[in-house]
Amino acid sequence: MATRLKEIDAVVIGMGWAGAIMARELTLAGLHVVGLERGPDRRPAQDFALPGIRDELKYQQRLELMGDNSIDTITFRNRPDQLSLPIRRWSAFLPGEGVGGTGNHWGGAHWRFQPDDFQLRSYLEGRYGAKAVPDTMTIQDWPVGYDELEPYYDRFDKVCGVSGKAGNLKGRKIQGGNVFEGPRSSEYPNRAMPSSEGGSMFAAASTSLGYHPFPVPFSAASAPYKNIYGVSMGACQECGFCTRTACEASAKASAVTTIMPALRQDPKFELRTRAFVSKLLYDKAAKRVTGVLYTDMKTGMEYEQPANIVVLSGFVFTNTHMLLHSGIGEPYDHLTGKGQVGRNYCYQFEAPAVAFFPEKELNPYMGSPGGGVVIDDFNNASFDHSGLGFVGGGYFAGSSGGAPPIDGRSVPAGTPSWGSQWKRETVKWYYHAVHFNTQGSVYAHRDNYMDIDPTYRDALGRPLLRLTYNGTDNDHAMSRYLLSRLEGIIKAMGPAHYELRPRPKNFTIVPYQSTHNAGGTIMGTNPGNSVVNRYLQTWDAHNLFVMGASTFPQQHGYNPTGTLGALALWSADKIKTSYLKNPGPLVHV
Amino acid sequence: MAKGTIPRRDFLAAAGAAGAGVAAAALPAAKAQAAPAQSAEVPTETWLVLTAEEAAFYSAVADTIIPADALSPSGTECGIPVFIDRQLASAWGAGARMYRAGPFHPGMPEQGYQLPLTPCDFFSAGVVAANAWSHKTYGKTFDRLTPDQRIEALTVMETGKAEFEDFDARAFFQRLLTITMEGFFSDPIYGGNRGKASWRMLGFPGLPATYADKIEEYRNKRYVAEPRSIADFS
Repeated sequence: MATRLKEIDAVVIGMGWAGAIMARELTLAGLHVVGLERGPDRRPAQDFALPGIRDELKYQQRLELMGDNSIDTITFRNRPDQLSLPIRRWSAFLPGEGVGGTGNHWGGAHWRFQPDDFQLRSYLEGRYGAKAVPDTMTIQDWPVGYDELEPYYDRFDKVCGVSGKAGNLKGRKIQGGNVFEGPRSSEYPNRAMPSSEGGSMFAAASTSLGYHPFPVPFSAASAPYKNIYGVSMGACQECGFCTRTACEASAKASAVTTIMPALRQDPKFELRTRAFVSKLLYDKAAKRVTGVLYTDMKTGMEYEQPANIVVLSGFVFTNTHMLLHSGIGEPYDHLTGKGQVGRNYCYQFEAPAVAFFPEKELNPYMGSPGGGVVIDDFNNASFDHSGLGFVGGGYFAGSSGGAPPIDGRSVPAGTPSWGSQWKRETVKWYYHAVHFNTQGSVYAHRDNYMDIDPTYRDALGRPLLRLTYNGTDNDHAMSRYLLSRLEGIIKAMGPAHYELRPRPKNFTIVPYQSTHNAGGTIMGTNPGNSVVNRYLQTWDAHNLFVMGASTFPQQHGYNPTGTLGALALWSADKIKTSYLKNPGPLVHV
Repeated sequence: MAKGTIPRRDFLAAAGAAGAGVAAAALPAAKAQAAPAQSAEVPTETWLVLTAEEAAFYSAVADTIIPADALSPSGTECGIPVFIDRQLASAWGAGARMYRAGPFHPGMPEQGYQLPLTPCDFFSAGVVAANAWSHKTYGKTFDRLTPDQRIEALTVMETGKAEFEDFDARAFFQRLLTITMEGFFSDPIYGGNRGKASWRMLGFPGLPATYADKIEEYRNKRYVAEPRSIADFS
């Protein structure tokens, strides 16, 4: 029998980016907030310190900062007619765990979606005709526009101290920035990071072909920075270890480097770590949740935490699973198309390439993801898709650097994988590789979804979430096209050798590809096309707000975190200005 | 035994014990220290989890995957069997943070690893299967093969043409290759990459890796530094 605790103003489930933003904004509004985090605390001064943080085996290979699959995982299959089996250890994607969540180990690529992405279906049908979108493609317009979200994108930039170069300031296009982006109300808080040599080579070749290169917007401070919450960040040290690990300089933005230092000082906030939320307590008749049930993993005790507002801000899988397991909303049925919870699961279609330049000295272990150079000429609304046979797109990035020795060695295909010749080739090419990536969109398909697994259970005895996903013909065609355009740029760089790495036909949960998952609790205009409204409030419980990429109707050709943070700030603002005064549905249909 | 304190001489002797001098043969510089006549009596407690058979197997594999040449010492000299022993004895080796509940099905390749075995169990079973196959094919366990036979045997495993009894030879080889490379390239605090041999080979400077003031200075110019490990800063 769970022990019932005293009711509080708001409880936040999951202290990653969205949860920390919401906790900070609600405490600033005077609410008492409890943050429940199922993993451990992460304190940069102790946990992310030199020299131990520079441990490629521990962080990059053994995945120190990732979720514990022995406690909780998902099952996976490519098609609805297959047997779904558990992901026994994360690989293709790496959800984080602990305070800061996945934001501790991200690479810091900080993007906004294009204005037309927010009206995707209308844009495509308007430009290419009503048949441009196949029947099986269940994409939809967002219920919020770029212009509405822009102030919150801007605010999130100033939480993170993002380093970059604007390409569209209030409608004025600026060469050297992203001329395809929506209008920004202000320049990035910090100047762009210096390009890696590989990035500079990519920029020169792109320019020669008439494209529009610019530095990747990087969610780290290129110089010491104090953010809008009064938290100080250090300057990026170009260590070359960024992704899958954390930052000893508190330069890379994460909840623990940009928000938690302020929250920890706030008596209105209480953090409970190793507090595993198992269920939302739902009063269907009243259309509200009364609180949450959680297990304190340190004592084994189960608690009921009543709350006036419940913020569900876990990873995509956690959010979707929590609603399904708590009986909130109607589960999606892929055969009938009915039900909303679990619908429109989308991955990210990244396809890489590598090229070798024996005459260049690229010091591959130096640098940051901010040293990458990108072009956005092949994203959704950047170019004409007429006659191409697909919709969608993505940006291309080129960079050298960030190649630690266990996982960062590239050799041409056909090189032996061991022995003396392998060694010679490894040494021959280590300093001379430039890496590329295409960050492709994934547009929702009716057979890509999440539901409850009939067989496997987690450590608390709950049935696992089941993911059914495969790459679609549209997304494969899109990705092949992006790679073919990228190939032109690579050729213009004049490499001794290069290789494109197209995606395999079937999605596979090994090896690592991208942690960008989306959908499951999507946003929309009414309960018939979504789980949450434009303010991330669930249609089925007015005091339940769901945060994160699980609310994206589909995946666009950019990394999700910039939009995820902006949405959390947008939702928090609406709660503060409207919901607290008059609790109830914020959108009436 | 505290981490990082396995005496080199004990390690070499233990590796040689079951390796019938093969490991020692690959280690001409160390041979004099290794007192080969007594090696068979060296207690197996030198290892945290490896049996003598497993230690001999990993030494032979490490020296085939990472042969001694102008670029680096051999895998065994670099401490790879020590690394493997400690990894298999670690929480990771014991299957920490791995979902291990049944039911079990082989599944599709897209569904990834689906066995109940922990990494430690998987490698243990793999060595038994590999040596049984080696015995059937060559009349000897893997560690007793000639260097050329070892290369041939690993190639057959890698290409999926070796048929182990009730065990996936190719999957075993891939994991063997991965853990060997991890041992060669990881920070020396884990027992492999002795003397930062692989970092010297690559030109990887290790720590502290604070390059903010070096990006421009070393643009298209090789940066050279004596590699330093976590232990050098601890």
